Amino acid sequence: MKKIFGLATAGVILLTLAGCASGGSGGGDAGAAAGPKPTDELVVGFAQVGAESGWRTANTTDIQNSFKDAGIELKFSDAQQKQENQIKAIRSYIQQGVDVIAFSPVVETGWDAVLNEAKAANIPVVLTDRAVDSQDDSLYVSFLGSDFIEEGKKAGQWVVDEYADSTDPVKIIQLEGTTGAAPAIDRAEGFADVIGADDKFEIVASQTGDFTRAGGKQVTEALLKANPDVDLIYAHNDDMGLGAIEAIEAAGLVPGEDIKIVTVDAVKDGMQALADGKINFIVECSPLLGKQLVDIVNQINEGETPEKRIITEETTFTQEQAVEALPDRQY
Amino acid sequence: MSAALTRIVSSRLFWPVVMLIALVAINVIAFPGFLTITVKDGHLFGSVIDILRNGAPTLIIAVGMTLVIATRGIDLSVGAVAAISGAVACSILLSSPDPGNPGTVAVAVGAALVIALVLGVWNGFLVSVIGIQPIIATLILMTAGRGMAMLITEGQILTVDSAPFKALGSGFLLGLPVAVLIGVVIFAVAALITRRTALGMLIESVGINPEASRQAGVRARGLLFTVYTFCAFSAGIAGLILTANQTAADANNTGLFIELDAILAVVIGGTSLAGGRYSLAGTLVGALVIQTLVTTVYTVGIPPIVTMVFKAAVVTAVCLLQSPATNAAFGRLRHRLTARTSKGIAAS
Repeated sequence: MKKIFGLATAGVILLTLAGCASGGSGGGDAGAAAGPKPTDELVVGFAQVGAESGWRTANTTDIQNSFKDAGIELKFSDAQQKQENQIKAIRSYIQQGVDVIAFSPVVETGWDAVLNEAKAANIPVVLTDRAVDSQDDSLYVSFLGSDFIEEGKKAGQWVVDEYADSTDPVKIIQLEGTTGAAPAIDRAEGFADVIGADDKFEIVASQTGDFTRAGGKQVTEALLKANPDVDLIYAHNDDMGLGAIEAIEAAGLVPGEDIKIVTVDAVKDGMQALADGKINFIVECSPLLGKQLVDIVNQINEGETPEKRIITEETTFTQEQAVEALPDRQY
Repeated sequence: MSAALTRIVSSRLFWPVVMLIALVAINVIAFPGFLTITVKDGHLFGSVIDILRNGAPTLIIAVGMTLVIATRGIDLSVGAVAAISGAVACSILLSSPDPGNPGTVAVAVGAALVIALVLGVWNGFLVSVIGIQPIIATLILMTAGRGMAMLITEGQILTVDSAPFKALGSGFLLGLPVAVLIGVVIFAVAALITRRTALGMLIESVGINPEASRQAGVRARGLLFTVYTFCAFSAGIAGLILTANQTAADANNTGLFIELDAILAVVIGGTSLAGGRYSLAGTLVGALVIQTLVTTVYTVGIPPIVTMVFKAAVVTAVCLLQSPATNAAFGRLRHRLTARTSKGIAAS
């Protein structure tokens, strides 16, 4: 362990030296406190959740490319959806003395200890796309990401509009994301807020599909058997919605007609299904936040204070809009 | 009559079967149409069919795991092998110009299974030749294997559009799910080969006392190689079914924690982790219990937050009921009851 740590330190020193040589700045090892570093000396540690969905891989690719374009070194780790792995990765970034740590928390709670360590080491932390649930908001400098409650509300609003003329009860199955994850909690909350205003909407079943296709498929299969008269499925991401489509088709029903589907994300496979008429409405949750993250890192480097809450720009898609948007979809 | 009853109650399969029946009963109460099987689009359709189909990958891996555990070993790498196998098949299909061609699918499936076999040989080599403890030897591949799968998929979820490949996971043959048929074949082959020949007994003897069986002339090394290779092979097949079912290779999630489900299925089925006697029929029941449990959570509508606790409670109940201490307690109770009835008869 010591040896590895030693090697890593040596690596960082070497990189710093190499940076000095190419940058030509005479500052030497001035340390983090003294003024902005040249961008090619910056090291950012990013602890990704995993690659659980197409959305996440698009997010990873965009962040990696944005940092490559900006000439900032990015240390990347994949936590495979485990909080312990993410904490380990953040600790190793603290030990390596990176300039900024960015991460998407797997779950909302349990981060205080490791974030305090980062604070003690004077390393600013940026949260991307998911928030943490902590009393102490001095533990991170900025939270860059979507407003999941708003996404849930947008999905709920579409449902309310779609069934505005109907007086019959509307039975809804909800496919939740990973239990405890911020998007799962907030998308459920925003959705419930909007549809809760009208008694005709009833969520007959709500189960977690873990944001995966296999999960969405298996849950829908079982729930459809028990609730064959369901009108609408609200999935917290596209992948679970795609799984639901398979389950609906296997049950001999037509997705998008017999059972309407509303999802959040707008990844390519989801948009394709939307364009094909199998999904009815998608609320976008853009994974392309690499550029904004690079901006935040640069701001921190120059001693500025970035906004505490930065919301990514997002829209919604109907089936017609999907047909138009699909050809230039990057992810 | 009571002798037959005693024999049934003391059978290793008794409590797992009772648990399975209890779970099915809970489902029927929550959703009366649970046992209904209808024919839809020319194939069977119903909750029971879903359980069989979704449980097939776990069963297939658990069959391989049973034989490994019988040698007093364990294979933690099955989930990773499943992910690798799915990743290999999908990347071959994606790189081919015509992924819907049955020939291409055969090549992809064949390549995936060959890789799975190689990984099994690697596990067998570490355990039998190098002599590393099985839990450590297979832990290597469990952690490294996901990384290999990630390398193959380049960190992406590979979505494939190939009808013949998809059929492996969600297709039907003669009205039955293809995945179930594959599971039945694996189960039958394993049962026939190990129970109709001396192979099963040799595997058990290695598990009970490796040294004694070596001195009796049992070639433990070859046997270990065989069981680990077979286990990885079954994991490869399960990985293909899982991947085909979601028409995408997902290096992170395919077969995630399936090693635990498989080990649990084996243990619920009454095979001891200490090696020796094993029961493939028990493993079958165990796999069904696990999958029925998952479905129960959905049908009964158990909130996701308490799902894990519910599963833990059921598994704890099965294990407690099966434990020797409980069996002995039941034995005493039966004894007392029979004593009391016979006394009652004598008194009248």
